[in-house]
Parts: sequence; C-alpha cells; structure tokens
Amino acid sequence: MSIDTDTAARVAKLARIRVEEEQLPALAQEFSNILDFIEQLNEVDVEGVEPMVSVTPMRLKRREDGVTDGGMQEKILSNAPDAREGFFAVPKVVE
Amino acid sequence: MSELTKMKVAGARDALRAGEVTSVELTEACLSAIEEAGALNAYVHKTPESALEQARAADARIKAGDAPAMCGIPMGIKDLFCTRGVASQAASRILEGFRPEYESTVTGQLFDAGAVMLGKLNMDEFAMGSSNETSTYGNAVNPWRRGNDDAQLTPGGSSGGSAAAVAADLCLAATGTDTGGSIRQPAAFTGITGIKPTYGRCSRWGIVAFASSLDQAGPMTKDVRDAAIVLQAMCGHDPKDSTSADLPVPDFEAMLTGDIRGKTIGIPKEYRLDGMPDEIEQLWADGTAMLKDAGAKIVDISLPHAKYALPTYYVVAPAEASSNLARYDGVRYGYRAKLEQGDGITEMYEKTRAEGFGHEVQRRVMIGTYVLSAGFYDAYYNKARKVRTLIKRDFEEAFAAGVEAILTPATPSAAFGLGEVTDEDPVQMYLNDVFTVTVNLAGLPGIAVPAGVDRTGLPLGLQLIGRPWEEGDLLNTAYALEQAAGFVAKPEKWW
Repeated sequence: MSIDTDTAARVAKLARIRVEEEQLPALAQEFSNILDFIEQLNEVDVEGVEPMVSVTPMRLKRREDGVTDGGMQEKILSNAPDAREGFFAVPKVVE
Repeated sequence: MSELTKMKVAGARDALRAGEVTSVELTEACLSAIEEAGALNAYVHKTPESALEQARAADARIKAGDAPAMCGIPMGIKDLFCTRGVASQAASRILEGFRPEYESTVTGQLFDAGAVMLGKLNMDEFAMGSSNETSTYGNAVNPWRRGNDDAQLTPGGSSGGSAAAVAADLCLAATGTDTGGSIRQPAAFTGITGIKPTYGRCSRWGIVAFASSLDQAGPMTKDVRDAAIVLQAMCGHDPKDSTSADLPVPDFEAMLTGDIRGKTIGIPKEYRLDGMPDEIEQLWADGTAMLKDAGAKIVDISLPHAKYALPTYYVVAPAEASSNLARYDGVRYGYRAKLEQGDGITEMYEKTRAEGFGHEVQRRVMIGTYVLSAGFYDAYYNKARKVRTLIKRDFEEAFAAGVEAILTPATPSAAFGLGEVTDEDPVQMYLNDVFTVTVNLAGLPGIAVPAGVDRTGLPLGLQLIGRPWEEGDLLNTAYALEQAAGFVAKPEKWW
C-alpha cells in the first residue's frame, strides 16, 4: 500500500504532530514500507474468527460507584508546565 | 568492594541475614561501580542519597529480624516506572521534568519489601525500540565486546539500561518491561536472565503505558534463582489495575528443583527461519539436547501463525500507543513547546508533540492513528486482532496436546553494533523481536536464559515459553537449562 504525502499530512494532523512540508515525502515512504510489511496479514484466512478483546479470559471486576480518592489539587497541578490559581493554563481556546 | 557488586540476590539475601554484609556496604559498592561506569550510560537518574537512606532502613529491619527476601538488595529501576519524587521520563523529552507524586505498584511492592533503588535506568523512548538508540538520554552501551574489537554494541532494547547494568554488576538486579521482547532480547544480548510473566501477573499501575494489552513488567537478573526471587516480590493482584489477575502467587524459588524428568518440551518448526545464523541454529539444537539429557521429552510442534506475529504486533502495538500517548499534550505534565504570538491550543499540541517525541515514537503514533482511522479500522486493526486470536490458539492447541514448555532461540542474532541497523528501515529493526513477540500477543510467560557464546565471544540466549500462570514451572525448566548450559562468562571490564 502506497501512502501519498496528502495522506501522510492528514495522519500527522490527526495525531496532532507537526510535520514540516519538506519532511512529508520521506514520512510517506516510511509509512508505505511499514504498511507493506503489515499487508502480509492479508494472506491469513480469518473467516469466522473473533477479534481478540482480552488476552487472558477474565471478567472485569465490579465495584461500588463511589469516590475512593481525590482532594489533591496541588499534587495534580505540581507537574503542569503552566498552572495558575488552581487550574491548568493553556492558550486562549475561545475568542 | 567490587566483589560485593558481583553478588547475586540469593547470595546477598543470605549474607545480609547472616550479618556477613550490610545493605549500606552493598549499596555503596554499587554506587561506586555506577560512578565508574559512565561510559555505559546505563543510569540516567542516580539517586545515591535516597538509596543510602533505604539501605540504612533495610539494615535496621534485618537487625530486627524482619527481613523479606528483597530487604537491602540494591536494584536499578527502568525509567518507565513512576517513582515518587524521582524523575520518570520513559526516556522521552516530552516527560522532561516530570516527577510523579505517586509510586508504581511494582516499585512500591519492591520498596515495601526493603529493596533499595540506586537510580533510574536508560531505555528506548516509551519502550519503542530494540537497541536503546531511541532514548532521549543517548544510547546505553553493552558491556560486552566482540573479542578485542572496541566497536560499541547495543545492549538491546527497550530495557537496554537494565540489561547493561545487571551484566556490568552496577546493581544486583533490575526491573524491566516487555511489550514485544523488551526484557528477553536485551537479556539475551547481555548474557543475563529475564522473564516476562503472564499478562496480568504484575500490576501495570504507575508504569508509563505503551501498548496496554501487551505490556508486562518483569525482573532482569544474574540467574534464574534471582529471577524467581525478584519476580515473587514484583507480582500479585492490584485493584488499581483492572487487568491484574486475582490469583495466588506461588513460592517460585521453592519450585526450583531442576528436575524436569518426563516434561514435554515443544520445538516449533516455524521458528526455523531462512538465513538464521548457524550459531543460533546450533545453540537451539544444543539447548534441545540439554533438556533431553535432563529427562525431558522433546516433541516437534507447529505454530502455523507465528510468521504473522510481527505484522500483527506492528498494528496492535502502534494502535494502542497512539491512544495511550494522546495524553502527552503539554498541558498536565512534562514538556510544552515555546509558542509564537497568535498560536492557539492546536499549535501548542502539534508543536509540543513534534518537539517532545522522538522520530520512532512519532512514526508509531502516526501508524497507530492511521490503522485506527475511519475506513482502515477493519482492514488493519480488526484484522490484526483476529490474527492475534489465531496466534494464541496455536499455543493453546500445543498446550492441550500436552506440551508444557516451548524452546526457541531468544533472538535471531547476537548483539549488533550501535548504528548498524539504520533508522530509515524500521522493519529491519522490528525483526529483532521475531521470536519474542508471539509470547506478548498470546499473553504467555517467557524467559530468556544465556546458553552460549558466538564465535566473537558474545552471549547468546534461548527462550522458554510456558503455559499461562505457570511461571513457577517455567522457571524450573529454565533452571534445568541454566544448569546444563553452565553459562558463567562475564564481560571483561573496559569502562
């Protein structure tokens, strides 16, 4: 499967990773190589096979829907690149 | 002093309990070995002060007669584990400056048992790599060399720093994590032992996530007995990880009898690759003969979907990574790019992720984004999940037919030179995991044991794969193999 530069640009956009225009052809080529490798899967007959959901058959445990933790605003903000007045700060989102 | 760093966990535990050595002495010996070993670039955040504090506390516990097996044992911790108050960066620029306010369950259990942390260990960025060359800290270097050739070799990856540190006696044991082979391949490249337990054995809570359905933590140690002891301390049920298994953990060390008479060992024909080096072929044959001599029954088995494991992995793992790594947005922790006048939140995300993630991580996040995107989800992601079902079924059928463990090579080659496998051809690097990745896809336990050397004197490893939750039995088979192989070589110190 060959990936063109427009597709590479679209994927970069979806992944929220800035890729400079001049790097797109090389990136598209790398994607194509990896996807070619993945194409081998087309040889496999998967008719009637269920996609794996969980590698070890287990039922997820249930618990009461109650608050078990919290009240640690300072700790949560302690690693933020920009935190002000008890909040994460980001560039203006709404005009 | 340097003799102390060569101790194994079992020997150190016994010596500590007998009062023949103190944890402070062991810790100081390791810390000075680390200071001398800058050339290996194994430790990327050193914590000598807190290590000595932990060592003093461990000595007090031992004196008081309260000494679990790991009490006072100096360890290195892979940078992927969140450790409270200590930089935990997953070897990525995007987590620069991140100091977790919490402790991962695995490291918390080790510290509760009295283990001492010497520092954080180098690795591939977000555990994505097989050579430790994608690290933001630079390459870790293998303490082994090809004879007198001073070319620098990779210690493997992603747990390259862990492997180098254990092999060079810069700790008594280390933690690793394994998503496609990241414990077993570096263990094989450095002549040490590494086990990836059954998916769900070790809690993933507090370990930076790469591919959640594949990631498992495990120990990297100087021998099989140590692997049993350290694994024991690392695993167990954790309510904070919903995939953690609520099963009792047996006494792994007590199961090491070395008696494997009557055990059925499978040899999968699909693992015989075209172009595999003769030495790997020979090692595998030798290992098979050793298990047979020890009384095991050897049977040929078929795992027909094994050849599709790598392409399956390179859909599933990037897909999960693209989702897990979406959290690195420059808002809550770590790195945020400098913004230009007028840049909005989208520019902040895009610049932060472009500058914060290295090339391989970006590539995998984007591949994952692609295979999950509208129109391709069924063709790639669902297809891969179906093939994964078949890969697991192959193993189930072998086990149902009476096979108790499977013997394979651990890697398709010995350690290669740093820079030898180029970045332009990622698939070439991915082939390193050809023997290990099936085990992650099937959620099984797998262990790499050093079993010989190649013609240049580099270590080679064999892999044993066990049935789910049968780590004890697997460790015992590995123990028998270890005894028969008698691998005792150590790298000559040049650093």
